[in-house]
Amino acid sequence: MFEMTSRKITHDELISKVEDDKAGAIVFFDGRVRNHNEGHKVSSLEYQSYEAMAIKEGQKIIDEAKELFDFHHAYCVHRVGHLQIGDVAVWVAVSTSHRELAFKACQFIIDEVKARVPIWKKEHYIDKSPEWVACHQCAKHSHGSETHSHHHMEA
Amino acid sequence: MKLQMKYFAAIREACGKSEELLETNSTNTHELFEELTNLYGLQIDKKNLKVAINEEYSSFDAKFNELDIVALIPPVAGG
Repeated sequence: MFEMTSRKITHDELISKVEDDKAGAIVFFDGRVRNHNEGHKVSSLEYQSYEAMAIKEGQKIIDEAKELFDFHHAYCVHRVGHLQIGDVAVWVAVSTSHRELAFKACQFIIDEVKARVPIWKKEHYIDKSPEWVACHQCAKHSHGSETHSHHHMEA
Repeated sequence: MKLQMKYFAAIREACGKSEELLETNSTNTHELFEELTNLYGLQIDKKNLKVAINEEYSSFDAKFNELDIVALIPPVAGG
């Protein structure tokens, strides 16, 4: 399942979405707002989405991952709104019988979400005016084949 | 015809609105991009945009139908 939210998600909620007696492995990823990007000091990030399309596109990604990795459950939720340093912007959780596919599915889901789901972020800086993050090098490639991206998270 | 336009990110800021019902003679996104650039002074390179028609990625050549929901999609930056 893929969702958009304007509130913080707890670890217990994430677990409840994917736990299963059949699952021997659960892999979680959270992507956090960090305090720097490309040499600038970031003070906060503002996320905006095309929500109806984001949910459709996100669900397609979950369905594709199911075909590829045959997990028991997968859940991804992305936040919108104005987030501060250290806040979590996106969570992914995947449960599988064995760990290998859980790691692979989790990586696939976050990579595809970043490449395809219509979500935008405006970076607010300590040392200059805010800007929408626009990766022109990415835009020359089709969705899903980024060779260069703006990362705000531990990846 | 009329299109249900949705505006996001830098485009939303340039247009000063998040959506509108647009009366247009544009038949596809190539023409619509020119129209919006003239209308709102968009300073966005067309090659950096994608288009969504009725909430699905589509092509700039696709023909519009009456009341299609159309959104120009700037480079996405989720995560």
